[in-house]
Amino acid sequence: MNFDDTPQEAEFRATARAWISANAPKQYEEELRQSSLGRTQLKNANILEVAKAWQKKKADAGWACLHWPKEYGGRGASPIERVIWQQEEGPFGQLSRMFIIGHGMCGPTMMAFAREEHKRTYLPPLASGENVWCQLFSEPAGGSDVAGLRTRAEKDGDEWVINGQKIWTSGAHYSDYGILLTRTDPTVPKHKGLTMFFLDMKSPGVEVRPIKQASGASDFNEVYFTNVRIPDHQRLGEVGDGWNVSLTTLMNERSAIGAAVSTGFPELFEYCSSLMLDDGPAIEDRAVRSKLANWAVKASGLKYTSMRAISALSRGERPGPENSIGKLVAGSMIQDVATYALDLQGAAGVVSGPEDAEVAGRFQAMLLRAPGTRVEGGTDEIMRNIIAERVLGLPGDIRVDKDVPFNKIPTKGRN
Amino acid sequence: MNFDFSDDQKQLRDQARKFLAEKCSPKAVRVVLDGKAPYDKELWKGLAEMGFLGVAIPEEFGGAGAGHLELCVIAEEMGRANAPVPFSSTVYLAAEALLIAGSDVQKKKWLPAIAAGEAIGTLALFEGKGNPSPKNIKLMAANGTLNGVKKPVADGAIADFAVVAARTGSSGRESDISLFLVDLKAGGVEVKNLTNLDPTRSQAEITFTNCKAELLGAAGEGWSILTQVLDRAAVLCAFEQVGGADRALEMGRDYALDRIAFGRQIGSFQAVKHMLADMYVSATLARSNSYYGAWALSTNAAELPEAAAAARISATQAFQHCAKNNIQVHGGMGFTWEFDCHMYYRRANAMALGLGSLSYWEDQLIDRMRKKNAA
Repeated sequence: MNFDDTPQEAEFRATARAWISANAPKQYEEELRQSSLGRTQLKNANILEVAKAWQKKKADAGWACLHWPKEYGGRGASPIERVIWQQEEGPFGQLSRMFIIGHGMCGPTMMAFAREEHKRTYLPPLASGENVWCQLFSEPAGGSDVAGLRTRAEKDGDEWVINGQKIWTSGAHYSDYGILLTRTDPTVPKHKGLTMFFLDMKSPGVEVRPIKQASGASDFNEVYFTNVRIPDHQRLGEVGDGWNVSLTTLMNERSAIGAAVSTGFPELFEYCSSLMLDDGPAIEDRAVRSKLANWAVKASGLKYTSMRAISALSRGERPGPENSIGKLVAGSMIQDVATYALDLQGAAGVVSGPEDAEVAGRFQAMLLRAPGTRVEGGTDEIMRNIIAERVLGLPGDIRVDKDVPFNKIPTKGRN
Repeated sequence: MNFDFSDDQKQLRDQARKFLAEKCSPKAVRVVLDGKAPYDKELWKGLAEMGFLGVAIPEEFGGAGAGHLELCVIAEEMGRANAPVPFSSTVYLAAEALLIAGSDVQKKKWLPAIAAGEAIGTLALFEGKGNPSPKNIKLMAANGTLNGVKKPVADGAIADFAVVAARTGSSGRESDISLFLVDLKAGGVEVKNLTNLDPTRSQAEITFTNCKAELLGAAGEGWSILTQVLDRAAVLCAFEQVGGADRALEMGRDYALDRIAFGRQIGSFQAVKHMLADMYVSATLARSNSYYGAWALSTNAAELPEAAAAARISATQAFQHCAKNNIQVHGGMGFTWEFDCHMYYRRANAMALGLGSLSYWEDQLIDRMRKKNAA
């Protein structure tokens, strides 16, 4: 048992480290290091522009989408090399956030289902960040139940005509392309009538409306489709096979191992280490210490769970199912951590403006962003179902709509 | 990076699991649970024959000379089987104290006997309520004799020798404490069995009256040795707890698949599924924290104090969580003496206290993290 690199891994790490040290935008390092959930921004620069510039620089030197094949803009690197890169990239990895969906989900789906000429055209600019992609799955009537979606695609000659609405689409407002899951046959059971496409987000009839979130920020959008035309050659997979195609997309999301999840613990420990309460330093208060200890072991438990998965990658094996706990644990933990940090501030905790609030309002920003972490990318409840069914082997839910034609499923008057 | 046990160590784990499945069935555990024997003597002998008791004891002292990682995988299986033997007292506490501080003569006297299954040892630390602390140690040592009372002492009634924490000074500092080695069969001790939460692991009160004892380690070094012993034992116990947590989770899962109510498997209800998923989460966090503890223990890393406390807290929580919810999944049947659920519930809650309670280790963890940050 050890944490040591193999000789090849050590060599790769040294090369990566040297390149990052020579090329990373160091002027933003401290700000990126200080960023936390709900607060990733740069004071004197547009973070999207900084992110795109860093991604392009990486791509030009062969450091973008490391695990992708070279002909599609990647490096052909091994899974463990990708993890080592992430470790070395450190705070600059924050700049990859706007590309996560494109690189983690859209790219792999294109690789598995797009025509060869499309892969060669679209994947390299996706890898280099010149094009940003989004994923258009969720709908008002289909969130956790994504197969309940209603956006219609109807064949018209060599084209498909799209009408409907998507929601919770991260980054649609700055995306160039998207992958789109549609219903092509409402007369068959819901999982069987779906088809996947990719499209240009600037196509006529696509309208993006930002959603103002509970936190006040706008990361997500509603996307409306009115007679949007997509050529048939942009179909991904067979007609009616969209559900299986979407599973490929979602599986890729879950295989993103080694990406650090935010728990809020380092921020809280740092805060409590200097905070003075009425009776003395917070860190010497028994109640505070007990809370901190409980969160400390969750944070370290997640860290070493990830190390176990990375070790499996290093041996060339597939990691076990234990990594599936990360989002579930971190999501509610960061919410609790933020709530507690405000509790320690007393009435002053209500002040959230960065100029007037404690530690520039980082815990207030965290609190307001946290509810989203327990919903996006699979709610806590869906994550528990996944663990129960796929890891523990418990039965799936009894699905009353499984064998019913989609257009016969009761909707309580909604369409 | 290889943050995992080696293939040989995993093989040893499989071997231990197979051995215990044969020799330590729930039926065998129940012999001790029902008070028909103080511990499972046959199993103890078998563990010695398999080389498990001395796996981390060097060859020159009669052990297998493997290491702590090997001991960790065996500990996990001991926990999974709920083994009714004085393994943790003898192997994690007494043997480790001897390995850390024993003289050559002391090691030669006791370690080969431990490895051979001929001597049971324990640590006599607590004196009634309270957690490990120099000020809670009142038992006096003077001129090589001990006077005072220790309780509870795990496996005290069946132990052949004990490592006893005693007061040799009154300065109010840690250096007031020294450790002594006592042959419990040599007189000067009176042992009383205590009814306790987990009858598969006995607890005793031991009264020392002008009892002859020899120093273990230097005088005044007792507290520092004890801290090291407790850290090692915290990691090893964490593996037992992880094994117990996994078994309780499996029992709950199996029952949820088997039991039909309202016309379906109860494991198809989300309320039950989510409870089991949360148990899996606790058990996984505990396992990963314990692996880190194992790494720190096996490499004698500077991180051991922090890693041990984290493993201790995480594994204690996971075992308690899985054991209590295993009963909940079983419903009324889980609350009967006949079903095995309560054996794990008892063990989980007894183990949560044995090396100092959760709140003690929470406090320790924060102290140790602060020390690391300051360094």
